[in-house]
Amino acid sequence: MRLDIVTPEQELFTGEVDIVLAPGEDGQLGILPHHAPLITVLAEGELIVRQGEEEFSFAVHGGYMQVLPDRVIVLADVAERAEEIDIQRAEEARRRAEELLKREAPPEERAAAMKALRRSLIRLRVARRRRPYRPEPTSGEPQADT
Amino acid sequence: METLREIRRRIRSVRNLSQVTRALEAVSASKVQKAQVAVLATRPYAHRAWEVIINLAGLFEEPIHPLLTYRESVQSVLIVLFTSDRGLCGAYNHNIMRVATDYARRLPVPVRYIAVGRRGRDILWRMRADLVAEFHSLPAVPSFLNTTPIARTAIEEFLEGRVDEIFLAYTDFINLLRQRPVIRRLLPLRPSELDLQAVSEYVVDMQPVGVPEYIYEPSREAILNTILPRFTELQVYQAALESSASEHAARRLAMRNATDNAEDLLQDLTLMRNKARQQAITRELLDIAGGAEVLHQAMR
Repeated sequence: MRLDIVTPEQELFTGEVDIVLAPGEDGQLGILPHHAPLITVLAEGELIVRQGEEEFSFAVHGGYMQVLPDRVIVLADVAERAEEIDIQRAEEARRRAEELLKREAPPEERAAAMKALRRSLIRLRVARRRRPYRPEPTSGEPQADT
Repeated sequence: METLREIRRRIRSVRNLSQVTRALEAVSASKVQKAQVAVLATRPYAHRAWEVIINLAGLFEEPIHPLLTYRESVQSVLIVLFTSDRGLCGAYNHNIMRVATDYARRLPVPVRYIAVGRRGRDILWRMRADLVAEFHSLPAVPSFLNTTPIARTAIEEFLEGRVDEIFLAYTDFINLLRQRPVIRRLLPLRPSELDLQAVSEYVVDMQPVGVPEYIYEPSREAILNTILPRFTELQVYQAALESSASEHAARRLAMRNATDNAEDLLQDLTLMRNKARQQAITRELLDIAGGAEVLHQAMR
């Protein structure tokens, strides 16, 4: 089935895939070809795509997904590829958000900080899950993730 | 034959003009670059979003959401017309105006307009067209927030029943040299009988995929109520981005042509000036030679 992942800023992924694991509002959704037509709101979380032996991972922060028997469209509000996540930046964002939450802040600021915290936590989770298995970019053949 | 002084004056004015057009070209070149990046970045999202709602719209026989419901008798049509605020952009405004008014003329019902851009507004004004609202001074790269008021106004007209169909008339950005004026359906999301008749050739439409029934999570109402207005607004946003990139591309090209023409003209004028100057010298020499000859003869 064909999968497109797009955000308002860019086209993240397009191609034939075997399975899509998406973060639905009520838990992870596994989509195989010939799935019943479905429209769902996406929560924040990790979206995993398998294409033969390969696996791709994305951090998704809200959006929509439409599933047709041979076609999946993911319209994410914000999303990025696991390998493109800047761990350091996400870590800093988390620290900043946590500090803000410890202090007495007006409700709007707290809400924004909560959101930033959630985002950075997802980014970190998605990125960390990938990184340790990845060899250094210079050490020859890339190995498949386990 | 123009005098030397006249030619010199013309050379000066053409040179000034070419400096202005060259500056405008540089400004447009930088604007079109930004606008192009923006339009190409959002295009996949906008197209996929459109695909999603078209698939949704093809589905239902009975009305389930006001934005999906098409009306049996169309009394009035709204065209949201995107033009530029300023001129000096070649045939850009002319092209989209022609397509839009041609289309309006073919419709058997009264047409109302929302004008985006001063140029289009002024022309519609002169035509005494029925103007619902006008927007102008969008930045070169409009943001989603800049265009939501336009979309909201249009959606409101539709929901209140003052118009039964809405089309977007804007200029699709193909590349720096080509832009194409298009008309696209905005609401309702499903073609009516009216469009399937003669006018359909103008309208770019997508065929809905026939789908039996969707599963909705969390619920149908929740999904439709958020998705439909949002994606409709997104289409307006995309139209604004496309138009803006097209406008600046058209202006850049027009200004480049103007600069080139000015340079050609400058060459011709320089040649003329040199000829005139040489002629003047020759004439003076002849005068002197003639005078000398006369003197010479008188001395003898």
